[in-house]
Amino acid sequence: MKYIIAIIQPDRLDEVMRLLTEKEIHLVTATNVMGRGRQKGIAEIYRSHKEAGSLLKKIKLEMAVNDEFVQPTLDAIKAGAYTGQVGDGKIFVLDLEQCLRIRTGETGNVAIG
Amino acid sequence: MMQRKWMLIVLFLMAAALPGWTADDLSAQGPVIDSGDTTWIMVSAALVMLMTPGLAFFYGGLVRRKNILSILMQCFMVLCLISIQWVFFGYSLSFGPDICGFIGNLDWMSLKGVGAAPSSYAPTVPHQAFVIFQMMFAVITPGLIAGAFAERMRFSAFCLFSVLWATLIYDPVAHWVWGAGGFLGTQGGLGAVDFAGGIVVHVNAGMAALAAVLVLGKRQGFPESLSPPHNLPLAVLGAGLLWFGWYGFNAGSALAANGLAVNAFLVTHVSGAVAGLTWCVLDWIRFGKPTTLGMITGAVAGLAAVTPGAGFVDINGASWIGFGSGIVCWLAVTAFKARYKYDDSLDAFGVHGIGGIWGSIAVGLWATKTVNPNGVDGLFYGNAHQFLVQVEAVAITMVFSFVGSLILFKLVDLITKLRVSEHEERVGLDLTQHREAGYTIID
Repeated sequence: MKYIIAIIQPDRLDEVMRLLTEKEIHLVTATNVMGRGRQKGIAEIYRSHKEAGSLLKKIKLEMAVNDEFVQPTLDAIKAGAYTGQVGDGKIFVLDLEQCLRIRTGETGNVAIG
Repeated sequence: MMQRKWMLIVLFLMAAALPGWTADDLSAQGPVIDSGDTTWIMVSAALVMLMTPGLAFFYGGLVRRKNILSILMQCFMVLCLISIQWVFFGYSLSFGPDICGFIGNLDWMSLKGVGAAPSSYAPTVPHQAFVIFQMMFAVITPGLIAGAFAERMRFSAFCLFSVLWATLIYDPVAHWVWGAGGFLGTQGGLGAVDFAGGIVVHVNAGMAALAAVLVLGKRQGFPESLSPPHNLPLAVLGAGLLWFGWYGFNAGSALAANGLAVNAFLVTHVSGAVAGLTWCVLDWIRFGKPTTLGMITGAVAGLAAVTPGAGFVDINGASWIGFGSGIVCWLAVTAFKARYKYDDSLDAFGVHGIGGIWGSIAVGLWATKTVNPNGVDGLFYGNAHQFLVQVEAVAITMVFSFVGSLILFKLVDLITKLRVSEHEERVGLDLTQHREAGYTIID
């Protein structure tokens, strides 16, 4: 079991979600986040003053998947979030120790999907 | 410091270059001016002005988070742009001395000769009070169209279109219906009545909205995967401000503080209430739950529909007009739009267009001289002719506004692209058109 965290551009969310659905990966948590990487991006202007060094809006996607779904998930996110510009984002894959479905008490591989 | 001094000098020179009002105009103030009427018109103008920011919030709450500022900005932009257009030539084109029933001439350009003395349009208030009151109508009408092309129009194209539309579509139609000698109105025309702008404002803006939808096309993801309105409380606030401002819009159109104004005030309120209720109940029956958005949309539809008849119908007529608008606009938005899948994003055509058409024709049914002795009788009061006249005036305006707007959109598209790029549309208009964001995530 792996836990996948992806930081992507907000405007790519729809496309990523579409590709994930295509690969039958339906369980995902999305959050609005602020962050900064190497991208300078579009800075906002506040009363004619350009804001310096601000954090940029990103979307964080999190999903827990069984091992055979790791590669399809990575493929879907990469294809959906790719523009070739600095700031496209990153994907992190972590080992996942345990998973428990609250409603049934199931644990492990069956609880994820 | 030096720079600031120069700016002051430039500003002063600009101010000096603007047309001034001579002492003659001011001294022409005669005894016929009624202070109560004048006060009411000034208050009404302020009320109608508030409708444009109200509309901005109404529309703004309905778009996605990334586009809220683009809507507020468009509404404020028409407030600034069209106000200037109006005083310099828009007013003269609309209400100035007639040319062949089609448009006013430029005699009143820069409000030349338009001063404190009353005009034939409103004999008990200063001419300028009438100018400022009518200005707010000219301002909000292009604003209404924005609901059709929300979330995808380039800002520069919007500005250009609004000025051209106000000049080439709004001003002529205002002249046809309300101007002295206009070929549709009661002052030497066909005899169609439009108390406060059902034809001039709502039919006109609604048909332009339909043209916008056809030229610009759908937003990405329409209709399957669009996020719901991002802030309904904001939309409710906007609808409340619109309703509040509508008292100025309709009751102010009596152009006097008298019984007719009170009648307009009352029937406006009744129609809005009946239509809000009607929409709410239809939602309840059809979709199982009464919705907030449905209720406020219904109220706006009812207010739009009673606009042409506010000074001609009683509360009986207003109730039917409100009830009818609730039904036809609800059908337009929930059934017709869903069936033909055109992206009238915030239902500018479905609510204002359809509501305006219904209301302007319905005046021909429920108008009665018991309300307004200087008005007309409708079909239900024994005058079938008025009904036909209303239908004719609405049809002419619909065709003119639709075709004219279609041509204008195509023209603006040739000069400067109408629609933002796909990338800009995904990122949102706030960031790409204005380099601002409506909301922050971290405080």
